[in-house]
Amino acid sequence: MNFPVFDLFAALPEIFVLSMGIVVLLFDLMLSDRTRYISYMLTLLTLVGAGYLTLATYGTTESAFHGLFVRDPFGDVLKLMIYLGAFVAMVYSRSYIALRGMYRGEFFALTLFAVLGTMIMVSGHNFITLYMGLELLSLCLYSLVALDRENPRATEAAMKYFVLGALASGMLLYGMSMIYGATGTLDIAYINQSLDTQNIATLGTTPDKAMLILGLVFVVAGIAFKLGAVPFQMWIPDVYHGAPTAVTMLVGSFPKFAAFAFAVRLLVQGLHEMAADWQGMLMIMAVLSIIVGNVAAIAQTNIKRMLAYSTISHIGFMLYGFFATPEGIANAMFYITAYVIMTLGAFGIIMLLSRKGFEADNLDDFKGLSKRSPRLAFVMLLLMFSMAGVPPTIGFDAKFAVLQAALQAGHVGLVIFAVLMATVGAFYYLRVVKLMYFDEPQDDTPIVVQSDVALVLGINGFAVLALGILPQGLLHLCVTAVTNSMP
Amino acid sequence: MFESHIISLSIWVPIVAGVFVLVLGSDSRPTLTRWLALFGSIAGFIATLPLYTHFDMSNGGFQMQETYAWIPVFSINYHLGVDGIAVPLILLTSFTTMIVVIAGWEVIQKRVAQYMAAFLIMSGLMIGVFSALDGILFYMFWEAMLIPMFLVIGVWGGPNRVYATIKFFLYTLLGSLLMLVAFIYLYHQTHSFEIIDFHALPLSLTAQMLIFGAFFMAFAVKIPMWPVHTWLPDAHVEAPTGGSVVLAAIMLKLGAYGFLRYAMPIAPDAAQELAMPMIVLSLIAVVYIAFVALVQQDMKKLIAYSSISHMGFVTLGLFIFNPLGMEGGIVQMISHGFVSGALFLCVGVLYDRVHSRQIADYGGVVNTMPVFAAFAVLFAMANAGLPGTSGFVGEFMVILGAIQANFWYGFCAAITLILGAAYTLWMVKRVYFGGVTHKHVAELLDLNKREFLILAVLAVLVIGFGVYPQPITEMTHATVNQLLQHLALSKIPGGAP
Repeated sequence: MNFPVFDLFAALPEIFVLSMGIVVLLFDLMLSDRTRYISYMLTLLTLVGAGYLTLATYGTTESAFHGLFVRDPFGDVLKLMIYLGAFVAMVYSRSYIALRGMYRGEFFALTLFAVLGTMIMVSGHNFITLYMGLELLSLCLYSLVALDRENPRATEAAMKYFVLGALASGMLLYGMSMIYGATGTLDIAYINQSLDTQNIATLGTTPDKAMLILGLVFVVAGIAFKLGAVPFQMWIPDVYHGAPTAVTMLVGSFPKFAAFAFAVRLLVQGLHEMAADWQGMLMIMAVLSIIVGNVAAIAQTNIKRMLAYSTISHIGFMLYGFFATPEGIANAMFYITAYVIMTLGAFGIIMLLSRKGFEADNLDDFKGLSKRSPRLAFVMLLLMFSMAGVPPTIGFDAKFAVLQAALQAGHVGLVIFAVLMATVGAFYYLRVVKLMYFDEPQDDTPIVVQSDVALVLGINGFAVLALGILPQGLLHLCVTAVTNSMP
Repeated sequence: MFESHIISLSIWVPIVAGVFVLVLGSDSRPTLTRWLALFGSIAGFIATLPLYTHFDMSNGGFQMQETYAWIPVFSINYHLGVDGIAVPLILLTSFTTMIVVIAGWEVIQKRVAQYMAAFLIMSGLMIGVFSALDGILFYMFWEAMLIPMFLVIGVWGGPNRVYATIKFFLYTLLGSLLMLVAFIYLYHQTHSFEIIDFHALPLSLTAQMLIFGAFFMAFAVKIPMWPVHTWLPDAHVEAPTGGSVVLAAIMLKLGAYGFLRYAMPIAPDAAQELAMPMIVLSLIAVVYIAFVALVQQDMKKLIAYSSISHMGFVTLGLFIFNPLGMEGGIVQMISHGFVSGALFLCVGVLYDRVHSRQIADYGGVVNTMPVFAAFAVLFAMANAGLPGTSGFVGEFMVILGAIQANFWYGFCAAITLILGAAYTLWMVKRVYFGGVTHKHVAELLDLNKREFLILAVLAVLVIGFGVYPQPITEMTHATVNQLLQHLALSKIPGGAP
């Protein structure tokens, strides 16, 4: 198979991240613990460099490697968000991993490869590319979860994650093979065309349609697993709880962009003609996710587990954006961005409260935080109200955007259900605020915040408020990215 | 430049002042913090005064409007404007904030900066609610206001504060979210979030009923109407004095304002259809809650129930659809703002000294605190609707309006004047008069200068508006007439069903 050299330019950011991942991996062998910060800096530099490369050619739409790979504004915007998310996650986790013996080259290299995996998922335009990106990401995450080998809970979480993840990958592949059988192609663009020309509506109950639907069910199941939507959410609480907090943050933050892009590429760009079918499935999953996420979160005493269930409910809300295609996709994209901003901040604060030999992952560890550190407590307050969807935070704009999309598609009942459940959800977020502001501290250990972390956390908290009051810029970015890239 | 941004200044001056207090003030320098907060609240009050001086009394529409594109993706605008209903309420808000800052002067000793900042920010947000002319802008202010109140009750409240504040938050949030759904629905009909477009939008009766229902959930909880009132006594009892004052004086008015600005003009046919049930609910609040107030042992709870009962008068006035009732309701809102605020301040004065709100713990306060008792009796009389106080004007207008509409409505409402007098005066008798039975009452010191100042100002206003309510009625008159004209026209496409 040959292709023009120009195609390589389309994948320049990916190639850069790949090379730098290898550089970090090899170079780190020559570093001692004292000079390990070079790996850390190189990782940050890689993310900045990739950002530069993506920005330098931003706005182009081209298809490369015979349609295996695509560059479009939708992918570019998501990639920029991924770099930013990974960058912030790195800054937050540095001192946490240093105290737990994970400040090693593997952590940085695996993160960079995970970033590469997400980038390929974002830009893949063929079942095979998408699947490869997904596996690269997943394998990196499995090993990151298990990176703290001494920790039995992390090892158990990694095992569960791996087994269930492999099952989901199998289902996904099975579904892809069905769709291949029905359409005769693996290319997203051709699948869309072939479904269009066959005019799916007239197919009725012919075998092709049945096979397509069967394939679609498995593909949707695979996507739901990666997103963490009910009934494929089982891994989320265990992995979030068991993994070291820095890794939980990695699992919960930028890979969600990739899972979202994956869903958009497969469902909206590839199988748009079957929207009525997959929207029905997503509706059931969205409703179940919101119920399970919100109700189960109330019973949690561990904040990581609580945030895991809250993630499930957020994914349910995000899926509301998919009810209106293609307009709602931009709203879902805004939602997932808001979600990642909030998740990064929340896990960043959990890590700041932790210290050597102590994990601040119980809700009670937040007691009296407003007395111990008013600034941290205030950022956490913003994050909690944002997750609950109370204005003027970004969480409100995000909920507003997806509910708006769902109502546009005419699902009044579903929207009313969602707002009722949002009230249930508000309860457990308020509980965190209650612990921080209304209770007395139980633990008076001073909280040490390095200046770089303080700066990034400050910007993170400010973003929750500022983007909540002035969401136009980000919303507009999402809308242009989606409208310029959808069929 | 200031001329064209009068409303924006009214909203943002207190909010910016609040942020300053939060950043500059600290618990180690409480005096500086208090003076900063006082300065901020006075600046906030001064910023709202041009609303009165620039207001054109003969114009019933929206004035001093400001429009900027805010979130064009969803055609949301930063659109502000005031009419004759909003201006008195905005002035009440900025005025009450000043009172609250002074009332919390030395009472609040812990986290002074956060306390003062919460009230300043809340003041700006509430003014935003009264002046927003865009659905989502309104919603943002409406919900954002909950956050400072949640913290005020939770941090500075009484022993059961956590339960009370979470109940308050969740009750209000649930209602508000349904209102949000209604706004999005209206947006899909009009492709705009402008309230003026919502007012003009023709809607079928079913759609109007559903929209009215959603708004009802948001506003009835806030007023609060029977049977969704149960959060209010809890919130009031646990809240610090300042929190109770703001809750009673302003937050409850937001619900009634919501009916006037949103529920009724957007769904006028539904409002007419549902007028009867609304009046019945109002009368239940007026009569039944007055009986509930009669048996309370806790002064704050008693005043809280009395607030619900008085707000029943307001909703009764709104839903009898005549100018007298509606204007009476608005006058009652303003008057109740002063009277209930003053009553909560009186309880606060006693609580600061004795640390009890139980009626049984007092008796014969007049012997040790004669000046204070004089004020307290005046406000109690105003609460009971004594002629010559502001409490009388509103209630009298509503009763007259109700009798015009239906004799029995007026009759039921008038009964409460007796009940109101009963529960208020009985409390006054047990707390202020009689012999001194408790040692702590014998040791009470009379009002200090700060307390005297705020109670005296409120007393002047209560008597002033009681004797001369013209400024309020003059201001609301044109707006109420225009609103009633709008409500009289059916919005159902193709005329009445």
